[in-house]
Amino acid sequence: MTRKQRRLTMIGGALVVLAIAAGLVLNALRDSIVFFSTPQMVAEKQIPVGKRFRLGGMVEQGSLVRGDNLAVSFKVSDGGATLPVNYKGILPDLFREGQGVVAEGAMDASGVFKADTVLAKHDENYMPKEVADALKKQGRWQEGSDGKPVMSQGASQAKPSLTQ
Amino acid sequence: MIAEAGHYALVLALALALIQSTVPIIGARLRDPALMNVARSTALVQLLFAGLSFLALTTLYVTSDFSVANVFENSHSMKPLLYKITGVWGNHEGSMLLWVSILALFGGLVAAFGNNLPLSLRAHVLAVQGWIAAAFYLFILMTSNPFLRLAQPPLEGRDLNPVLQDIGLAVHPPMLYLGYVGFSIAFSFAVAALIEGRIDAAWARWVRPWTLVAWIFLTLGIAMGSYWAYYELGWGGWWFWDPVENASLMPWLSGTALLHSAVVMEKRNALKVWTILLAILTFSLSLLGTFLVRSGVLTSVHAFATDPTRGVFILLILCLFIGGSLTLYMWRASSLKQGGLFAPISREGALVLNNLFLTTACATVFIGTLYPLALEMLTGEKISVGAPFFNLTFGPLFVPLLLAMPFGPLLAWKRGDLKGVTQRLMAAGIAALLAVALVWAWTTGGAALAPLAIGLGVFVIAGSIVDIAERTMLFRLPFGVAFRRARGLPRAAWGTAFAHAGIGVALIGIVCESTWNTEYIGTMQPNDVAKLAGYELTLKDVTQRQGPNFRESLARFKVTRGGDEIGEMTPSKRNFAARQSSTTEAALLSRGASQLYISLGEETAGGGVAVRMYHKPLVLMIWWGPVLMAFGGLLSLSDRRLRVGAPKPAKASRALQPAE
Repeated sequence: MTRKQRRLTMIGGALVVLAIAAGLVLNALRDSIVFFSTPQMVAEKQIPVGKRFRLGGMVEQGSLVRGDNLAVSFKVSDGGATLPVNYKGILPDLFREGQGVVAEGAMDASGVFKADTVLAKHDENYMPKEVADALKKQGRWQEGSDGKPVMSQGASQAKPSLTQ
Repeated sequence: MIAEAGHYALVLALALALIQSTVPIIGARLRDPALMNVARSTALVQLLFAGLSFLALTTLYVTSDFSVANVFENSHSMKPLLYKITGVWGNHEGSMLLWVSILALFGGLVAAFGNNLPLSLRAHVLAVQGWIAAAFYLFILMTSNPFLRLAQPPLEGRDLNPVLQDIGLAVHPPMLYLGYVGFSIAFSFAVAALIEGRIDAAWARWVRPWTLVAWIFLTLGIAMGSYWAYYELGWGGWWFWDPVENASLMPWLSGTALLHSAVVMEKRNALKVWTILLAILTFSLSLLGTFLVRSGVLTSVHAFATDPTRGVFILLILCLFIGGSLTLYMWRASSLKQGGLFAPISREGALVLNNLFLTTACATVFIGTLYPLALEMLTGEKISVGAPFFNLTFGPLFVPLLLAMPFGPLLAWKRGDLKGVTQRLMAAGIAALLAVALVWAWTTGGAALAPLAIGLGVFVIAGSIVDIAERTMLFRLPFGVAFRRARGLPRAAWGTAFAHAGIGVALIGIVCESTWNTEYIGTMQPNDVAKLAGYELTLKDVTQRQGPNFRESLARFKVTRGGDEIGEMTPSKRNFAARQSSTTEAALLSRGASQLYISLGEETAGGGVAVRMYHKPLVLMIWWGPVLMAFGGLLSLSDRRLRVGAPKPAKASRALQPAE
């Protein structure tokens, strides 16, 4: 083989692999992406029963009910609408009433969100970023004086001013 | 006083970096050795000042000086000493300081050990290091100064995030940064080669050990981080395809590709242009990782938009270095001479295939990580791309890579004999098929693909053994002769075998853990027994205890199997008063490579406690694999070829001192 033919073989091989990869990516992007919604968006959008999505909002005060064998139910609200959630398992360390939460699962036929995962990840203000962004977009967010939300209690109040 | 000194040292380091980034280049233009040698001394002194600055911040943490904002926000006087020290890099400002200190360390190492480099190459390499360093010193000084003072010093600090109060924080970030930042050397060499318009096999020989060092640390750093997440988060998961994890995986993938293409370049003087590109891409991905983690773009796109100083600054650095180096690449790459010829079926061909799959896999991770960000910026739609996406893209790309892997080392350079190699790999193939059959027969349940994947893992491991057996003529020559041949093998050959086998080991662990993992979730009262995978776990009692800066409730479990007591496990839940937050400390019990895992939930009204228990078969192999890979890398690094012409120890000890 000449240098040119060899190079063509290699470029051809590379293109084949890239094409396969592109196919895999497009296929996966179609099937395995999970969208994010707040209760309000759920009410507006008519999400079909069984379609997986992430639900975000605030856990309503006093809505947490613990049942038998680690079954829990609580209500998630975004100020506009409220959605009941059922979950079975151990709630993450940072789960609190009155604070932000993101749960992944699907709606069942009775209009209850059945969560199989309750996400523990959020920042020090106990506010998952999707929830914070969504609440801001709906105009239900009040900024504290130092840019932190007043909805969360705790550390941010004690912060003294910095000198520069 | 110490804070001001640390701040000042950082400013001096910036000044030195600016000199280092200009004077040597002028020197190279004028062919003035004195000016070119400025690079060496500035790099060493810059290391000294960066080290001093880092030392200053560490001192502030150890002495709990809460008049410094950074210390106040992330430390507490009651915190154990180890966490006071690790707390230095457990926050944005401190971790950026660690980043530049390690950058200065690598620059200093090149300066100290690079005596055998051509003078102009060393000048250029260190100048490029100077550019990177200057950019990041500026970033720290302008947007993330860790030495800011508070007007009214509080009496007590706000404590470090409890999840970070763990030995993992002591090891994981420094390792990861040694990996990330270590790739800057390959980048600097690549840019220097482009500036000089000259590149040869010797260049690859200089670049390889540096890349290898970075790669070893990155491998261990990623594995360490994964194990840390596994035991600290209490979910029993070890990889979440989280953007922060992907940010470290991408440079690892392209860095692995770079290691392999550098071999081709060193041995056969081919793939030069591609190797240069990979060196640039690898460090660019490291910078991208730094951007993703440090700009806050992941925590909130919104925060990024409202307080963009940090994010935009890093984005500028990112664009400047990636854009600049790629432009330089487009402009100069054609001037580099073409290298040796090789047939598609050859060692070089196999390494090209390796590069192709690794970079493509890296690209899919890149898309999966950045697509949600891009979509949110453009349309406001929020999506999450999780494990299913990566399993469907990354997985299928790795299968052919692993299938081809045992063939690579057995193929000859230039023109290989695929049929001969296949015959020699017959033993490995048979071992793999046996493993598939055995797993199939012995296990019930789980995905049908699992035995095949385990077979693939066995094939990879057996392939490495075949490779060594072939090289030592084991079973063909008397054992004594084979043993002597084994000792005479280049260390790099052993390194390859260990690193490749490590991939197989990790694969088997991953498949077993995710397929046959069993769990029990429930509420337990004292003396309740939970049965899990043939073990009986009895809750003995739950007690309260006071730690240095937390209170914990501690549960004691007795573990038995068929009546024989095996051990005790004590998971706990800690409450940290300073931050009003709690963490779950999981308890682990290793049985061979398998583990029992218990984490606690809330205590229930009747004196019971919610527990989550897992039995994770062969889970430890997931981390033994990377350790084997890193060990292989270390063997390669100690290879005679790479040691020859390496450092004079006398100069090394002096240069290393200020790094701490």
